[in-house]
Amino acid sequence: MNILEFTGVIALGSLLAGFLGAITGLGGGVVIVPLLTLLLGVDIRYAIGASLVSVIATSSGAAAAYVKEGYTNIRIGMFLEIATTMGALAGAFLAAKLPVAAIGVIFGAVLLYSAYHSLNPKPELSGLEHPPDRLAALLRMDGTYPTEHGPVIYHVRAVPLGFGLMGVAGVLSGLLGIGSGAVKVLAMDQFMRIPFKVSTTTSNFMIGVTAAASAGVYLRRGYIDPGVAMPVMLGVLAGSMIGARFLTGARTPLLRKIFSGAIALIALEMIYNSFAGRL
Amino acid sequence: MDNFVGNLLRTGVAVSGAIVFSGGLVYLLRHGAEMPAYHVFRGEPADLRTLRGILEDADSLRGRGIIQAGLLLLIATPIARVAYLVFAFAKQGDRLYSLIALIVLLLLFYGLTSGGT
Repeated sequence: MNILEFTGVIALGSLLAGFLGAITGLGGGVVIVPLLTLLLGVDIRYAIGASLVSVIATSSGAAAAYVKEGYTNIRIGMFLEIATTMGALAGAFLAAKLPVAAIGVIFGAVLLYSAYHSLNPKPELSGLEHPPDRLAALLRMDGTYPTEHGPVIYHVRAVPLGFGLMGVAGVLSGLLGIGSGAVKVLAMDQFMRIPFKVSTTTSNFMIGVTAAASAGVYLRRGYIDPGVAMPVMLGVLAGSMIGARFLTGARTPLLRKIFSGAIALIALEMIYNSFAGRL
Repeated sequence: MDNFVGNLLRTGVAVSGAIVFSGGLVYLLRHGAEMPAYHVFRGEPADLRTLRGILEDADSLRGRGIIQAGLLLLIATPIARVAYLVFAFAKQGDRLYSLIALIVLLLLFYGLTSGGT
């Protein structure tokens, strides 16, 4: 396989990953690293660098639309980005210290969690039922989001817990080159009690900045290879744009199950290969 | 504020995508028939790791240099968003959030300037 064919295969795989990631809401980043390492034998450090770049592209592209629609809470995002960027820097430094097999096992575990999370959506817990939180009030985080019946007010709580979980999300993002949207949404939606739509769009808003923090470290360290990152970035970006255009809002449950199942299988293969020393 | 942030992000992604695409064409036209060697990790050469090296490579129209310049612009896009918010919050008289944005901006610059091993 020469460079032209290699680039074509990566671009097509990334296009499909971006498309499936957009219509299932799982994000395309999670399957890029396994695609490059397991299928094409690319070293995991190049794979993580390329994946990180594609994560910045898709999240920034999507955030542009969400911010204009008025769902994104820029204050909450900005405050929590302190935690995610610190975590991302720690994760990127950790990536240089950990053996490749350890990164592979952690990656597999996170993939399994994403697949599980996607198949078992938690009930919506937001609303006004709890009294305003002092720290959230001090940070002026409470906000409104648009609905058919006009703007609806929501209160935020558990700010320190949310901040801590965002640090964890940042570490995973910097270590594995993924957006870790699942952890971010979990923190905001389940613990901080932010409405689901605000949680997902604000999470997406933060992903680009989080990934940029560790991408800087990866670039300086020589992990971002233009030959690998180019087809990944263009493929995932095109795929997610097509996915968003064709199926906005219409989450197809069957496809989501199939994609989650595939991710779980990839996760097991990733863990197996790590232990077998073949990553 | 929301509209400006939206446009900034969209423009950054579109322009960097176009640069990466053109660099990719140059790279594939010149090196498409060679064999890739990504199963062994060697790390990028020094000129593809620093701002100056990347810009020099891009200026001499090397495909990989142009791609890397596009990727650098992509990484700079969310950073520019944070920098804009430092000023936008300050202009609204929101000192607390201007400071918060500034902290994030400093963390991002730390990441960009310290490769660390």
